[in-house]
Amino acid sequence: MTGSRVLQRKVVDAVALVFAGAATLFGLFWLFWILWTTLQNGIGALNPALFTQMTPPPGSEGGLLNAFYGSAMMILLAVAIGAPVGLAAGTYLAEHGRYTRLGAVVSFLNDVLLSAPSIVIGLFVYEMVVASMGHFSGYAGALALAMILLPVIVRTSDEALRIVPDQMREAAFALGIPRWKVTSQILFKAALSAIVTGVLLGIARIAGETAPLLFTALSNQFWTSSLNEPLANLPVVIFQYAMSPYDEWHELAWAGAFMLTLFVLGLNIAVRLIVRRRKRS
Amino acid sequence: MNDHSATLEQPAYLRFEPNRDAVPDTATQLSIRHLNFFYGRAQALHEVNLEIKANAVTAIIGPSGCGKSTLLRSVNRIYELYPDQRAEGEILVDGRNVLDKRYPLSDLRRKVGMVFQKPTPFASSIRNNVAFALSYYEKLSKAEVADRVEDALRQAALWDEVKDKLNQSALGLSGGQQQRLCIARTIAVRPEILLLDEATSALDPISTAKIEELIHELRERFTIMIVTHNMQQAARVSQRTAFFHLGELIEFGKTRDIFTNPRVQRTQDYITGRFG
Repeated sequence: MTGSRVLQRKVVDAVALVFAGAATLFGLFWLFWILWTTLQNGIGALNPALFTQMTPPPGSEGGLLNAFYGSAMMILLAVAIGAPVGLAAGTYLAEHGRYTRLGAVVSFLNDVLLSAPSIVIGLFVYEMVVASMGHFSGYAGALALAMILLPVIVRTSDEALRIVPDQMREAAFALGIPRWKVTSQILFKAALSAIVTGVLLGIARIAGETAPLLFTALSNQFWTSSLNEPLANLPVVIFQYAMSPYDEWHELAWAGAFMLTLFVLGLNIAVRLIVRRRKRS
Repeated sequence: MNDHSATLEQPAYLRFEPNRDAVPDTATQLSIRHLNFFYGRAQALHEVNLEIKANAVTAIIGPSGCGKSTLLRSVNRIYELYPDQRAEGEILVDGRNVLDKRYPLSDLRRKVGMVFQKPTPFASSIRNNVAFALSYYEKLSKAEVADRVEDALRQAALWDEVKDKLNQSALGLSGGQQQRLCIARTIAVRPEILLLDEATSALDPISTAKIEELIHELRERFTIMIVTHNMQQAARVSQRTAFFHLGELIEFGKTRDIFTNPRVQRTQDYITGRFG
C-alpha cells in the first residue's frame, strides 16, 4: 500500500471520528440541558409538604400527594391489566402462532397499536368509557394507559421468548413435557429478565403520558382514593400548573417534573442493571 | 493394526482400532421401515430401512447433511415442532408405529430420550433439572424423588461432582458437567432408548472421554443410537455402525466390519478420509 493511501484513510478516519463525536455531543447536550434545568428548578421546589399535602388552590401552599397517589394507582392498574394480557399475547406469538398466518396478522396489528398516537387512544377510551359512564375516572385513565402499555409488553415478551434458543425448546419437548409446562416453567424462566425488562420499559413509557389522561382521568384538586372519580395525576397536574400564571403552581410543576424524571431515570437504570446481570450469567 | 485396515491405507492421524467388544445378538428394539423425511419440499432421507438392536450402541456416521441427525429426530418426532418438516414410513417400537399421529407423544418421549449437541441446562437448580420431567410422569414422594435424582446423577457419573450443590444453578456447571446433567435428566425418567445427537462435539477431550466411558456403561441398560461426525468415536463406542450419504443408508453392519472391511466403496472412501 502506498503512503498517500494510508494518509487518505487516516484523514477519512479522523473526519468520521469528529463527525460522530460531534453528533453524540449534540444529542447529549440537549439531554443534559433538560436534566439540568429540571434538576435546578425541581430541587429548589422539593420539600416534605410535596408528599404530605394536596394540590393547592391558586395562591396558597400545597403538595402533590394526590397526584402521586393517582399516578401510582393508575400505573399499577394499567400494569395489572396490560402485563398479563400482553404476556399471554406475546407467548402466543412466540410459541404458538410463530409459523401461522394468524400469528403474522396479530404481530402486524400489534405494531399498528404500538405506533398509535396516545391521544387517539385517549379519545377512544373517552368515547367508550367516560362518555358512557358520564364522568371522568381513574379507571378510564388506567384503561387508556393499559392500552398504551399492552403492545409494548406484547412485543418485548414475544422477543424475550424468541431469543430463547430452539435447542432449549427441543431439549424440554424431548423429555415429553407438555407445551404449557415447557412454556411456563422453562421458557418463562429462561426469558424472565428480558420479560421484566420489557415491563419496566413499558412503565417508563406510560409514566409520563399526558394526552390520554386529559381525556380520561382528567385531574382532581382534592383527595380521593376512589378510582371511580376524576383522579389527580402527575403529568396532567404538571401540564395544568406549568400553564398557569401562579408562581406557587410553577414551583409544584417543576417539583413534579423532577420527580417524574427521577422515576423514569430510575427505571432505566434498573433495566440496565438487569440486562448487565443477564449478560454475565 | 490388522491386515484389513492396512489395505485401506489410512493416513496416520486417522488410524485407530475399532473396539473389540463382543457384539451380542440382542432383540430388535426399533425397526425403521421405508422412512422418508422432508424439510418442506427437500427430501432429506430416502427409503431408510434399519434395525436397531436392544442394549447395544448403534452409531450413525456420514458427512454433514447426510441425514444422520434427521434420522434421530424422526425417532422421537421432535421434528414436529416445525410445521414444514414431515416423516413418512414406519418406525416400530414394540410393534407399534410411533410415527402414527395416534401414538401419544408423551408416551413416545418417555420411552425415547434425547441428548443434543449443545448442553441445554434449564435455568434452575441441578436438582430441579433432573427432577423436572420425573415429577411430571410419576407421583413420587420427596424422598423417592431424591433417590431417583441421586440414581440418575450416579448413572451419569456426575453425582460425586454435584452432590454438595444440588440446589445451585445448573448454569454454573462446566460444559462437560452440563452435558452429563442433560444425560442424567434424560435417563431419570427411565427411557428404553437413548438418542445422542453429536452429544460430545461441543466438549473438550476429557469431557468427551468421560461421556464415551458413560455410553459404554449405559449400554447395558439402554438401547443407544449415537450420531457422530467423529469416526474414531463411532469406532470406539459402538457395536454396529450405519453409514449414510446424501440421505441414503449406504451400509450397515458390525462396527468392526464397517471400519476394517467395508463392502461398499463409498463407505471405504469416507472412513479413510477421502471425502466428508
